[in-house]
Amino acid sequence: MKYLCLIYDEEKKMSTMSKTDGDAFMGEYFAFTEDIRKSGKHIAGEALQPVQTATTVRIRNGKMSTTDGPFAETKEQLGGFYMIDAKDLNEALQIAGRIPSAKTGSIEVRPVMTFHNP
Amino acid sequence: MAESGVRLQLEVESIYRSDSRRVLATLIRLLGDFDLAEEALHDAFAAAVEQWPASGIPANPRAWLVSAGRFKAIDALRRRSRFDASLGELVIRLDRTAEEPVAWDGDGIEDDRLRLIFTCCHPAIVPDAQLALTLREICGLTTEEIAHAFLTTPSTVAQRIVRAKAKIRDARIPYQIPTRAELPGRLDSVLHVVYLVFNEGYLASSGTAITRHDLSAEAIRLGRLLVELLPEPEAIGLLALMLLHEARRSSRTDASGELILLAEQDRARWNRSQIEEGGRLVEQALSSRRFGPYTLQAAIAAVHAESPTADQTDWHQIVGLYDVLIRADPSAVIELNRAAAVAMRDGPSAGLTLIEALLATGELREYHLAHSASADLCRRLGRTAEARAHYQRALSLARLEPERRFLQRRLDELPAEEDTR
Repeated sequence: MKYLCLIYDEEKKMSTMSKTDGDAFMGEYFAFTEDIRKSGKHIAGEALQPVQTATTVRIRNGKMSTTDGPFAETKEQLGGFYMIDAKDLNEALQIAGRIPSAKTGSIEVRPVMTFHNP
Repeated sequence: MAESGVRLQLEVESIYRSDSRRVLATLIRLLGDFDLAEEALHDAFAAAVEQWPASGIPANPRAWLVSAGRFKAIDALRRRSRFDASLGELVIRLDRTAEEPVAWDGDGIEDDRLRLIFTCCHPAIVPDAQLALTLREICGLTTEEIAHAFLTTPSTVAQRIVRAKAKIRDARIPYQIPTRAELPGRLDSVLHVVYLVFNEGYLASSGTAITRHDLSAEAIRLGRLLVELLPEPEAIGLLALMLLHEARRSSRTDASGELILLAEQDRARWNRSQIEEGGRLVEQALSSRRFGPYTLQAAIAAVHAESPTADQTDWHQIVGLYDVLIRADPSAVIELNRAAAVAMRDGPSAGLTLIEALLATGELREYHLAHSASADLCRRLGRTAEARAHYQRALSLARLEPERRFLQRRLDELPAEEDTR
């Protein structure tokens, strides 16, 4: 079963990190990504540009409205994701718990919907 | 014939009471779905009522019910899969496993009950729903009974259960006993649910009666099951805690349902066998050296339970145990209980200083027992005006009728003249 692990972290905290700390943190991410790739449970994963680059689009009454910024202003921002393959929620949670940001921010784990085509 | 029919009906009912939750736990594993398993359980008992009068009660009714339930479920799914193609895959999988005989050695089947407990109390399910799901699936309480116990509506309870089952299915929460490495975090939520069920039975949060025996009996039953299946120190400690509190049940209220405080309880009415069992379990848990808050609370309860009179209570030991408990599980409510014990050891003013400091932090301002405790200490110190204010505050916060009457009596008994100190 596929699970999407959404990585929420405080961008402010990330951007004020010292170079040594930042490098160490990135190192942890590289190691984790390498590890999960090898295990065959990695499907996809990307880091996102900071939220100031976000734009939110809505269509209401046929008219498109575009606003600057993310959909919701929260203390923690969506900073990236991994799509993983796990046999059940317990395994997905185990993997999500190893994402470096789990220690600084939070990881939302969402099962991916499967559609049955008749 | 009519008489034997009645006897059989009673027999089936008794099997339902003793075994239906076990059968359900196994059916959930075999069928991989809560709703399907519940339907199958219902069908299996319907088939039993139909077939047993002619065939007699099978040697192993539980095995019979599981097989009948599984057969009925596969049959129903096969019929439905003609209209819903997505079920086809499930039917094929179940059909394949249907050939495998169900293992009847006790272990596997008891494991199913443990699987069910851990699934109902999975931390990915919201706490309210863990509680409702446990009472529904493991204790077999109806949604009406659960709603009544927790002061909510049956539709709210039903909705919580439906959502929890949907999460189990859609997020694929596995039906399994956690591994040793996962156990600490997972066992906590199970013990917490059992503790909540017991607490509501021990001291209802509102209503007309102080205790609800049905809920505390269910909690003790679950506690016994956990200890039997998984003898972890904290599971043992929790069972001990429940037994030691339960032992005092009949002495906690008088004939008219009024509250009697610990110091005034008739200790001859305490249940000695529960106290002995609780005491033995506390020692067992303590000797493991891996104990936690439940065991420590049980140890405190054991000091009270084993003291022949209120005056002979070893308050030094109780305060000492609270000191350890606060380190293991810091909370304002435990600080409050420790302060009450300090008042008994060192006198009311020492206790009052601690409670006033606690109330000043604001955390217990809405907790009626914090106000009634400080009211009591003020009363003993002759600080009547303060005692009155605290009793009034406690009265405005308490929701349980006997507690409210108790507080009102204390308020009425205060001397009319202000501060006698």
